[in-house]
Amino acid sequence: MNQTSVGMNSLWKVFTTTIGKKAVMAATGGVLLLFVIAHMAGNLQMFLGWGDINNYADLLKSHREFLWPFRVFLATCLVLHVSTGSFLAIDNRRKRGHSYEVKKLVGASFASQTMWISGLIIFCFIVYHLLHFTLGVTNPEYLTFRDAHDRPDVYRMIVTAFSTAGTVCLYALGVATLGFHLSHGVRAMVESLGLRMETWASRIDKTSLVVACLLFLGFASVPLAVLMGLLQLK
Amino acid sequence: MKLTVRVWRQKNARREGRFAEYEVQDASPDMSFLEMLDVLNERLIRQGEEPIHFDSDCREGICGMCSCVINGEAHGPESQVTTCQTYMRSFKDGDVITVEPFRAMAFPLIKDLVVDRSALDRIIQAGGFISVTTGSAPEANSIPVSKYHSDLAMDAAACIGCGACVAACKNASANLFVAAKVAHLNLLPQGGPEKDPRVLGMVEAMTSEGFGACSVTGSCEAVCPKGIPTSFISRMNHNFLTAALKLRVHGPRG
Ligand code: HEM
Ligand code: FES
Repeated sequence: MNQTSVGMNSLWKVFTTTIGKKAVMAATGGVLLLFVIAHMAGNLQMFLGWGDINNYADLLKSHREFLWPFRVFLATCLVLHVSTGSFLAIDNRRKRGHSYEVKKLVGASFASQTMWISGLIIFCFIVYHLLHFTLGVTNPEYLTFRDAHDRPDVYRMIVTAFSTAGTVCLYALGVATLGFHLSHGVRAMVESLGLRMETWASRIDKTSLVVACLLFLGFASVPLAVLMGLLQLK
Repeated sequence: MKLTVRVWRQKNARREGRFAEYEVQDASPDMSFLEMLDVLNERLIRQGEEPIHFDSDCREGICGMCSCVINGEAHGPESQVTTCQTYMRSFKDGDVITVEPFRAMAFPLIKDLVVDRSALDRIIQAGGFISVTTGSAPEANSIPVSKYHSDLAMDAAACIGCGACVAACKNASANLFVAAKVAHLNLLPQGGPEKDPRVLGMVEAMTSEGFGACSVTGSCEAVCPKGIPTSFISRMNHNFLTAALKLRVHGPRG
C-alpha cells in the first residue's frame, strides 16, 4: 500500500487555516452568545421583585463547585475569542498589501467592518462590569448589602448603582456595543460554522438583527427602569 | 462625453507607482469601459507615451480576465457585470474616474492595472482531479443527480475566476472564489469520491497563498459579476470542517 494522506493530517493543521480560525471565533462567540442570553434572562428577574433576583443570585453563588468551573470555561472562551480575533484583525489587514485610493463600502454593513473595535469596547466594558459588581473594586459597599434572609442583596445593589445617570449611560453604551457586535456576529457565526446555506441565508441575517436588538433591549431595560423609577427600594 | 481618468501607473513591481491624470474628450456612452481605455491608449501611443496596461480577453463577460477597481468598486458601478461589460453610460459627462488595480498581497502587481492572479490557478490545482472514466460518453441517465443539486452546482460553476471577490474584500479573502470552485464539483456525484481531500487541499492552498480570512461582510457577493452568493462560503465551511474532523483523509494521489 502506498497511500499518502492528503490535506489535514493532524487536527492542529485545521487551525492554521483561515476557516479553522474562524471556526474558533464562531464556537467561542457562540458560547459567549449563549451566556449573554442566559445572563439577560437572569437580569430580567429584577422585574419580578426583590425576592426573586436575590433567590436566583443565591442559587448561583451557593454552587461553587459549578460556578468556578463555569467561570474558568467562560474566561477561556473569552481569551480564545479575543486572541484569535485580534490575530485575524491584524493579519487580515496585512492581506490587502497596498490600500485603495478610493475607499467605498460595497455590500457590507458598518458593523461587519468594525468587529475588532466593537469587540475591544466590549472587552473594556466587561472588565469594568466585573470590577463594578462582581469583584466590588469600584464600589466595595455593594458586597456588604444583605437582605432579610442574610443573603447578598443584589436587588439593592442594582437599584443603588443605576440611580446615577452616568452609570446608566455607561451600561447602555456597553450593551449597545454588544448588540452592534452581534448584529453582524450572529450571522457570521452561523456562516463560519457552515450552517448558513441557500434559502436559510436571508432568514439567518434577519434573525441576527432581531437577536441583537432583543439583547440590547433586555439588558438596557433594567438600568433604564431603575433610572425612571420603575424599580425602587421598597 | 468628457471625462477625467485617474489611472494607477506603475512600471513594474519594484518601482513606485502613482496616479496619472488623463483628459478623455471623445468618449461615447456606448463604449465599454475598456474601449474608452483603448481610445485613450491610442492617443497615448500617438503621442509617443507608454499605453496603460490592463487585462482583457473575451470582452463579453465570460473569461474573467478583465479586472480594475473603478471608483472604489471592483468591476465598476453596475452590479453583476465585469469591467468589459461596463459601459460609459454608467458615468456622467465631466466625471472624474479613478481606476486602480485589484489590490491583494496574493495578487502581485505586474504593471499598471495588471496583476498576477495565478494564485487562483494554484488553488484549483490543489483541488486535484475527479475520477471519471474517459472514453466513450456514458449513458446520460446512468448517474442520477437531483435537480436541486445540479442547479446549485451550475450556479457555483458560473464563477469566471476573475478575483473581484478578493479585490473587494476588506481582508483580500478568496473564500467566495474557492467556495464556488469547491461547490461545483463537491455537489455533483462525479466529484463525490474526492470531496474531502479536494476541500482540504484547496483551503490549505488558499491560506498559504496569502489570502485573508472571511469576515462575512458580503462585499464579495456584491461585486461578483456572476452574483454568486456567500451561502456557498458556508457550504465550503461545512465541507471543510466535516472533512477535517474525519482527519486523515486518504486521497487519490499516491
Ligand atoms: C460577550 C461578548 C462577545 C460576544 C457574545 C461575541 C460574539 C461574537 C460572535 C458570535 C462572532 C461571530 C463569529 C464569526 O465571525 O464566526 C464574533 C466575532 C468577532 N468578535 Fe466577538 N464577541 C464578544 C466579545 C468580543 C471581544 C471582547 C472581542 C475583542 C477583540 C471580540 C472580537 C471579535 C472579532 C474581531 C470578531 C470578528 C472576527 C472576524 O470576522 O474576522 N469579540 N463575536
Ligand atoms: S474580458 Fe473576459 S470577462 Fe471581461
